[in-house]
Amino acid sequence: MIVAEPKPIKEVLEMIRDFTKVLVVGCKGCVTVCNVGGSKEVGVLASTLRIAAKKNGREIEVGEHTLERQCDPEYIDELRDIINDYDAVISIACGVGPQFLSERYPETRVFPGVNTRFMGGAVEHGVWSERCAGCGTCVVHYFGGLCPIARCSKSLLNGPCGGSNNGKCEISKDVDCIWDIIVRKMMEQGRLEELLEFKPPKSWITARDGGPRMMTREELAK
Amino acid sequence: MSEFKSGSNLEKVLKAGDFAFTGECGPPQGANVALLKEKAGHLKGCVDAVNITDNQTAVVRMSSWAASLILLEQGLEPNFQMVCRDRNRLAIQSDILGVYSNGIRNMLCLSGDHQKFGNHPEAKNVFDIDSMQLIHTAKTMRDEGTFLNGQEIDVPPKLFIGAACNPFAEPFDFRVYRLAKKIAAGADFIQTQCIYNMSKFREFMKRAVDMGLHEKCYILAGVTPMKSVGMARYMAKQVPGMDVPDPLIKRLQGAGKGKVAAEGIRFAVEQIEEFKEMEGVAGVHLMAIEWEHRVPEIAELAGVLPRPQV
Repeated sequence: MIVAEPKPIKEVLEMIRDFTKVLVVGCKGCVTVCNVGGSKEVGVLASTLRIAAKKNGREIEVGEHTLERQCDPEYIDELRDIINDYDAVISIACGVGPQFLSERYPETRVFPGVNTRFMGGAVEHGVWSERCAGCGTCVVHYFGGLCPIARCSKSLLNGPCGGSNNGKCEISKDVDCIWDIIVRKMMEQGRLEELLEFKPPKSWITARDGGPRMMTREELAK
Repeated sequence: MSEFKSGSNLEKVLKAGDFAFTGECGPPQGANVALLKEKAGHLKGCVDAVNITDNQTAVVRMSSWAASLILLEQGLEPNFQMVCRDRNRLAIQSDILGVYSNGIRNMLCLSGDHQKFGNHPEAKNVFDIDSMQLIHTAKTMRDEGTFLNGQEIDVPPKLFIGAACNPFAEPFDFRVYRLAKKIAAGADFIQTQCIYNMSKFREFMKRAVDMGLHEKCYILAGVTPMKSVGMARYMAKQVPGMDVPDPLIKRLQGAGKGKVAAEGIRFAVEQIEEFKEMEGVAGVHLMAIEWEHRVPEIAELAGVLPRPQV
């Protein structure tokens, strides 16, 4: 899933300083799963904004709405009858949400209420970890099913570098050295030979380096 | 056709079978050419080549190619270091052409310390290719005469290709295989991480020799003399991939006030004496960090002077 975290409330308050009617829009997709942008969090953020405004001696109206998904025009349309009642919208979906809203409702000021962090998953309750860099050409099968592009600080394809220590990355004792895990796993599986093969430079054309990305499935596109 | 891959002094010394002795010099954090010349001047006549570090520890310094050229003017042979952190494959290949065109003949290929450790931790890193792929790039340009895309190079750069190896990083069992991989990718010589744990290095070299790696590549053992107990403790605790055994720290402590540096040098000299006899070791790479002025003394004590004229 796409993992996000709330922006500091001070930052959100600063964004809406000049607005009196604000709509908080959540999303039932990834951000609901990582407990940051679902209907529950829409309610929490709306209440927080109301209380904070009141504390500052300001009267504001905060609406609440949660869409099925903010990355799909079909669901974004759902706001067409209510959005004009507000002067600003706070989207607490991933970075796709505020953009789809801005594109569909060009007259409305849209603000992001969360910071989109990475593509990953929950490794334990309340802890998420990055797994995919979205390079567009998956290679995890060469590395014991683990991705050195997303999970090695240097994205080495021929690791581990000389900074690997006690299974940890040189940048921090809190970061696992994915190459340590890859090497141990491949050795245990008797697949050391595969790691001795030279991995040539990768094409980053399919990654963000190749420019903004589009994908068309002819059989689906009309 | 020359019998040499690059014809550098370092290559000639190694090929002649002499025990090589290389030094290191970090470029200034500014355009202080006089300082660079002064530091490098201490190494003249004491070493076969001088490594010029490339934004070491991710701290901005005078570019390694520019500092290398200044050393060339001074009559020293540079070993130009290049890291993958700061440039993509276009810049890498054009810099290789550039340094070769200006007379540089040795190049050390490194991934580079992560920018987190440096003075611009907010920088974007490149890591378009890794050190293994950099070695292969330099070799492809030299031996195939082509760029990475297969296009022919109009006068290929003929560099003596170096790589680093850290026998003390983990997983230990994989390290010798990764060394083999670097050699297969095109490394002509290896300079290891600073060695303090001699027994572990002996074990590593035994494995390397068993695999015949010393016959495919010249392995130079890394030595950095300890200047103080504080430095030893810092190396032990703070520097990634460094293995400083407690007995060494105790030995330095036992030297007494004002005598620690001399003891550090004594240990380094003992190491060099052992490396001269160790199977598979073709030389020593002395990294006297901000201690260039002590190199002549260390070289003298280690009995590696005068340097061979080849």
